[in-house]
Amino acid sequence: MTEQALRPHAEDAFAEELAALAAADDRPRPARWNLSPWAVATYLLGGTLPDGTVISPKYVGPRRIVEVAVSTLATDRALLLLGVPGTAKTWVSEHLAAAVSGDSTLLVQGTAGTPEEAIRYGWNYSQLLAHGPSRDALVPGPVMRAMSGGRVARVEELTRIPADVQDTLITILSEKTLPIPELGEEVMAVRGFNLIATANDRDRGVNDLSSALRRRFNTVVLPLPATVEDEVDIVARRVDQIGSGIDLPSVPEGTDEIRRVVTVFRELRDGITADGRTKVKSPSGTLSTAEAISVVTGGLALSAHFGDGVLRPSDVAAGILGAVVRDPAADRVIWQEYLESVVRERDGWKDFYRACREVTV
Amino acid sequence: MSTALRADRTASAEPGPVRGSGSCPERLQLLGVRHHGPGSARAVRGALEWYEPQVVLVEGPPEADAVVGIAAQEGLRPPVALLAHAVDDPARAAFWPFAEFSPEWVAIRWAVSRGVPVRFVDLPAAHSLALRDQAAEEGDARIDPLAALAGAAGYDDPERWWEDAVEHRTDTGAGGGALAPFAVLAEAMGALREAYADGGHRDDPVREAHMRLRIREATREYDRTAVVCGAWHVPALACAATATADRQALKGLPRVKAEITWVPWTHRRLSRRSGYGAGIDSPGWYRHLFTAPDRPLVRWMTTVAGLLRDEDRPVSSAHVIEAVRLAETLAAMRGRPLAGLGETMDAVRAVLCDGSDVPLALIHDRLVVGDELGEVPDTAPAVPLARDLARQQRSLRLKPEAAERELDLDLRRDTDAGRSRLLHRLALLGVHWGEPTRSRTANAGTFRESWRLRWEPELAVRVAEAGVWGTTVESAATAKAEDTAMGAAQLAEVTTLAERCLLAALPGALPTVMRVLADRAALDADVGHLAQALPALVRSVRYGDVRGTDAGALREVAEGVALRVCVGLPPACAHLDDAGAVEMRGHLDAVHTAIGLLAAEPPRERWTAVLTSLATRDSAVPGAIRGRAARLLLDDGQLDAARAEWLMGLALSPGTAPRDAAGWIDGFLSGGGMLLIHDERLLALVDGWLSAVPDEAFTDVLPLVRRTFAEFEPGVRRTLGELVRRGPQAAGRQAAAAGAAGFGEGLDAARADAVLPTLRLLLGPHGHGDQAAGGHTEGSSA
Repeated sequence: MTEQALRPHAEDAFAEELAALAAADDRPRPARWNLSPWAVATYLLGGTLPDGTVISPKYVGPRRIVEVAVSTLATDRALLLLGVPGTAKTWVSEHLAAAVSGDSTLLVQGTAGTPEEAIRYGWNYSQLLAHGPSRDALVPGPVMRAMSGGRVARVEELTRIPADVQDTLITILSEKTLPIPELGEEVMAVRGFNLIATANDRDRGVNDLSSALRRRFNTVVLPLPATVEDEVDIVARRVDQIGSGIDLPSVPEGTDEIRRVVTVFRELRDGITADGRTKVKSPSGTLSTAEAISVVTGGLALSAHFGDGVLRPSDVAAGILGAVVRDPAADRVIWQEYLESVVRERDGWKDFYRACREVTV
Repeated sequence: MSTALRADRTASAEPGPVRGSGSCPERLQLLGVRHHGPGSARAVRGALEWYEPQVVLVEGPPEADAVVGIAAQEGLRPPVALLAHAVDDPARAAFWPFAEFSPEWVAIRWAVSRGVPVRFVDLPAAHSLALRDQAAEEGDARIDPLAALAGAAGYDDPERWWEDAVEHRTDTGAGGGALAPFAVLAEAMGALREAYADGGHRDDPVREAHMRLRIREATREYDRTAVVCGAWHVPALACAATATADRQALKGLPRVKAEITWVPWTHRRLSRRSGYGAGIDSPGWYRHLFTAPDRPLVRWMTTVAGLLRDEDRPVSSAHVIEAVRLAETLAAMRGRPLAGLGETMDAVRAVLCDGSDVPLALIHDRLVVGDELGEVPDTAPAVPLARDLARQQRSLRLKPEAAERELDLDLRRDTDAGRSRLLHRLALLGVHWGEPTRSRTANAGTFRESWRLRWEPELAVRVAEAGVWGTTVESAATAKAEDTAMGAAQLAEVTTLAERCLLAALPGALPTVMRVLADRAALDADVGHLAQALPALVRSVRYGDVRGTDAGALREVAEGVALRVCVGLPPACAHLDDAGAVEMRGHLDAVHTAIGLLAAEPPRERWTAVLTSLATRDSAVPGAIRGRAARLLLDDGQLDAARAEWLMGLALSPGTAPRDAAGWIDGFLSGGGMLLIHDERLLALVDGWLSAVPDEAFTDVLPLVRRTFAEFEPGVRRTLGELVRRGPQAAGRQAAAAGAAGFGEGLDAARADAVLPTLRLLLGPHGHGDQAAGGHTEGSSA
């Protein structure tokens, strides 16, 4: 082993657990799967094996979700993981691929500029010019390699990819072949091939999947953190990490404000107050955990550079307003309603209410 | 080979099935079931076919023996329920529901269709209803036998354990195999009851004593007796208590006079607790399991796909195939013999619903629970609701008559108030016996109501139908109101309902209605809906105040809605077309009146701020709305005359499009032109503007202005005409001094002063009681 990578792949980081699971796993495995579906689910959710090996949980969330995801891969349907940013879509997809195929590197990163070649294949141009089109001149993409090797390929941010490029996947998923018209040949997928895609389901400006492509996928929606405590914890941890990266002071007494931001985000997102007694309208923004993190980080920067170093309501108010009011007409009304009917009445939120009023009006 | 239990031995005394001893083999079969378990139902059917009993005993109140014959009629279609109620207190009632897949129902139908007698063996309702008051305190002390068994088998969900252990077993063969499932279950229950005794079910010893007595009776009469009862009771029924001891246990039980009948039931209500204990969560799924001839999973997915297609979601056969595959794979991974409801719904969500919970909720509502509604033939005895109604009609001296008659009620009198409540409650139940009319008496105050009464024969049918909602008029109306509130599509429907609940004095329904109302108001993005809802809501608040009803919750909701209107109205007023502007102006008036009536400070202040901002907005807001806002402020005394003049000057200045200006005038002046007579400066502005409208725009403006002025009273129009004819130079002090034709010159101060005491009396100590009157009197007394 050469120098330690900054972030090793899942199959390397958890190689011991995977090996222990494979040894203990006596259930039937689908073709070219390293583990049985049950063992894959155990790998993600954690547990203790008969020989005493402890498998750490990789995903903390409803068991049902992981079971459906693994079963989907076992039925050779493609899997689409949906969720707002920060719900561990990529994390889950990486670990699924590592557990099923022992290889999480067959990855296509979706962007607005992803070309067809990234999904299908490219050409080695010097070969192409020298010898004409041939299999030697062909540079296979990750999906093509997964097909011929019977492994799991991953496509990140599927909905960022332009629609015409997305549709390249239709033939691959329905016919399980990848034609190479230049050579008059095709690559046929061998058993064990499958595809995990992740996508953002509430972001604006994405290329929605065509229904032809959509129906090739089983969809699993990864939920947001179940409780305020979980979310406050995630936000506080991430803010601290980011803060230390850009030399912001860590502010332990800021947790109150973090809790407030998380509460506001959760209430607007869920359309109901935390005590479950009042419904509120949801604005058009995603209000994801990731946005809460950026609101708090922004507030922290404000307080550090322009304030007294303590995270105060006025530091986060503007950030919250910016995250909530995406559509200037409709969202502003929703935000004002929320301020007047929920925030104003709440004990201990007077400062926050005033700060919000100031930036809102 | 039979492995059935016998009545004269304890089941739990020995491990393994108890065998019949020589003398009287198989005189009795105890078929322990799970109430509403389709697997049990199928097993009961198999067992009955094989055993062919001469009498079938069913757990249920013996009073029902008299009406069980009705089960043979085609008109009785499950889900139905046996409803027992105390004759003198219909609110005290108990239900024993039966669905198509209930083992009890299967047994009853099997017996009545073959002419085999059916008897109900549980404790008579006469006793159980009397005992109920004490039972109410039991609470959660009871153990759930299924949960205990499931826990022992390592399942955290009893429902799932039951599916795996019983429902998914299809191996009911012929012969002794038909009874095998019952033996296994009875054995398990025997072990449970050894551990838990009566498990917190305090009435059980008495009930079981009664069942044993009835079973003894039957076995003496017949050679083959089958008993269908909850599996929990089987060990107790098989134990060797003596008849004397059983009779002793039944001595001295309290009793009430009880009656019983069939009532239609719904799947939704099967999920509630009943005479058979806890309800079930997924009646629709169970019904499917029971009725599907084969391949239940495939059929279920096809049904789901059909529902989704009806809702315009594209679902192809390929989807269905994939959903079935996923459900089966999930079941295999979870180590279950067959895909259960959990796997099925997970697969439906992932494949058919794109991972979304919204269509899944629809599927849950329509299919997993289901909308099934039962039917009961006319021959069934009257429902207690009809009795309760008859009783109230007697006590309120309000006879049902076919002839139409008018009824005036003075709500300050108890009898009349009671009559009003009854009529309003019946109306809520869809029994439109009385129709509210405008009061004939001149002073139509809040204390008077007028009704037109007419009892149509079909109303009796309506009453019978309403029987599903409850046993008394009040409880039924409450349940119906709650249900209507949950299902209401529009906010205005819920507010109307709240008003009706107050009129019908149904405090029990108000919390639910208020909750729905608050939710709807919070989620309704259309200010128009909120504005429509507010007046009715405020009326209700005032009504509650007048009657001394506690309308605190209502007031809170009303103020909340008012607040939301205040927040949402200004943006909603911008960029409206003509029709939209007219509608919004109506909302403005309605909300203004409503907030005035609400007489609470915070919303009022806010509303004034809203009106001010509207009145001073730029031309993005239609003139009609700006004008109206200005007028409302002026009438309220929130805008002084000089500022009103300034606003009008702005609105009518040459830079404004003539149409918009005409709209402003319409909004400002509609509902009373006296203002122009008394404020010559305003009149001069209008006059000046009208003369300056360019020719090409005049034809455009004319209809609008004409409509505005046509609404004025003739006297006002004439006076205005004369003022204008006299010209602007005549305006000012001379106008008042000259007076109109037929009036004396100048103001006779002495005579005018004589009016003031009377006026003060009329208006009360606070000058601003009525805005319009306030505005005008100020003008004339100045």
